[in-house]
Amino acid sequence: MTRGGYRKNAGRPKGNGKYQEPTKPVRIPLSLLGKITDYIENKGFNLPLYNSTVRAGFPSPADDYIVENIDLNKYLIKHPTATFLVKVAGDSMIDAGINPDDILVVDRSLEVKNGDIIIVAINGELTVKKLSKTTKGVFLMPANKKYQPIPLHDFNDNIIWGVVTNVIHKL
Amino acid sequence: MKNHPYQNLNRHTKSVFALVDCNNFYASCERVFRPNLQQKPIVVLSNNDGCIIARSNEAKALGIEMGAPFYKFRQLIEKNKVAVFSSNYTFYGDMSNRVMKSLQMMVPDLEIYSIDEAFLRLDNIAFDDIINLCYKIRFNINKWLGIPTSIGIASTKTLAKIANQIAKKNLYNLAPNHLCDLRDENLQIKVLAQTAVQDVWGIGKGISTKLNAIGIENALQLRQADSKQIRKILGVVGERIVYELNGISCLHLEEIAPRKNILSSKSFGKNVTAKSDLQEAVANYAVRACEKMRKQKTLAQAIHVYIRTNPFSNKPQYCAGNAISFASPTDNVAEIIKSALKILEQIYRKNYEYKKAGIMLLDLVKQGENEQINLFQNDLFLNQNINENVKKFDDKKTEIIQKTLEKINQNFSKNTIFYAIQGTKRSWQMQCNKRSQHYTTDIKELVKVY
Repeated sequence: MTRGGYRKNAGRPKGNGKYQEPTKPVRIPLSLLGKITDYIENKGFNLPLYNSTVRAGFPSPADDYIVENIDLNKYLIKHPTATFLVKVAGDSMIDAGINPDDILVVDRSLEVKNGDIIIVAINGELTVKKLSKTTKGVFLMPANKKYQPIPLHDFNDNIIWGVVTNVIHKL
Repeated sequence: MKNHPYQNLNRHTKSVFALVDCNNFYASCERVFRPNLQQKPIVVLSNNDGCIIARSNEAKALGIEMGAPFYKFRQLIEKNKVAVFSSNYTFYGDMSNRVMKSLQMMVPDLEIYSIDEAFLRLDNIAFDDIINLCYKIRFNINKWLGIPTSIGIASTKTLAKIANQIAKKNLYNLAPNHLCDLRDENLQIKVLAQTAVQDVWGIGKGISTKLNAIGIENALQLRQADSKQIRKILGVVGERIVYELNGISCLHLEEIAPRKNILSSKSFGKNVTAKSDLQEAVANYAVRACEKMRKQKTLAQAIHVYIRTNPFSNKPQYCAGNAISFASPTDNVAEIIKSALKILEQIYRKNYEYKKAGIMLLDLVKQGENEQINLFQNDLFLNQNINENVKKFDDKKTEIIQKTLEKINQNFSKNTIFYAIQGTKRSWQMQCNKRSQHYTTDIKELVKVY
């Protein structure tokens, strides 16, 4: 018996591995490794599929004027992390254009000013009213003759939930 | 210290970390839209209303225990009119996302550590300005989002964690404003001497008994211990904890898992824009997090996924995250990946260069800890449903279906089949009896104002 060296018919037959054909080890720069393995896995280059038709003739002149769509979020919401939407129940603010079932955009990061329409936590409930600071005291003013102003005897910033910046009203 | 592997870390000794932690986060979230619950006791229950997973301070004061089964405290809860909520992970996830975004607006260098905790890096800010900045952070998060926070400041994450514990409970009357600055050396020594080793970040009960055995009982003793000796007992992470206690910052967030959550996140080597790349990353993190979870034999109740751009680049910024809860606590990799990808689908926006992605498995429970879970997972329930479906077919087809189902049963865990058939239906029926509205994510569930 011979020792060492080439043994005929030893090992796995060529061409029945993963690729079903003979293979050869080669050195590949690491930076290209991903591309080359992709090339092999896909049995060629994968061309991106463009989701558009190719037109013969003149290109549309409108193609040069594509602009971003109007984004209502950007228009209505200045501080997205601090802004919440709430829904109106009741008619106490109807004369201020705030109707039942309207959606209010409420920004909690704004400083409250006299005359702002605000959301306030009173008696454990959230309510929408206009803030009125007068010499007689601080009041929450409804915008509906049916309701009385609510005096705030111990007014402090803690009860203010947020400032209403927009009303979304469905017609 | 001469030939020590961490000697180069001296350049980090001037680092400053602030750990911002939301107080009783889930309970605080519920309060934002329910002002009638200010100063009232609140508890939040796990999926299927099994265990108590969050308590307001008032509920803690009543003696209601964290992680206890709901029924154990039902009487106490009813007697004291405690507000009870099913977990609303969609809502908590959105609020968490808002907290993190707000923090990032004030401090760009931020590492999210859990759904309600983040480390801020404040290295290049003047000593006194740091305190003012942290006051501002607390004020703003409370004003913008209605969430109270506690902040611990120190030169390392481990020390910041200890400072945060002090801030949260106002221990030793050091933090009347939920703000604790532990940068002063003398104060550190005083505080560490009163901190038990098991309360040090990354040291669990198992490790602390080992340390107790060699006479180390408080954090100060651990700080003064020979780091080489600690390395022999606790490995390299233990050694790093010793360095961290000495004010040398060398721990990465990933090395220390939060006890109730599992975090898996990483910055990408290069910026990533394609959705497919993010999907791959998120799926990989999900697998890794599942491995961690299976190792500690726990099940997750919900998953939170976030992605963000590089805050230090001039490119357009985007940062988003969201959470969804599982029908019942799970460690099923397939389901967790599916949920992670579903969230990614919701939060992904085109044309941004993403720098980081992460997933969190939330509110882990020990396997078999929650009795109610088993009720739904038992075979009877499963077979009933299969039979319902099977009835629609004739005998021959029935046989084929039964065999297929059996095969699936063998190949996958029973949970798999159970989810596929039951889907979300059960999650609505069983789990959300006392769930609050999706105030911030569903236009049909907005809070009402009068």
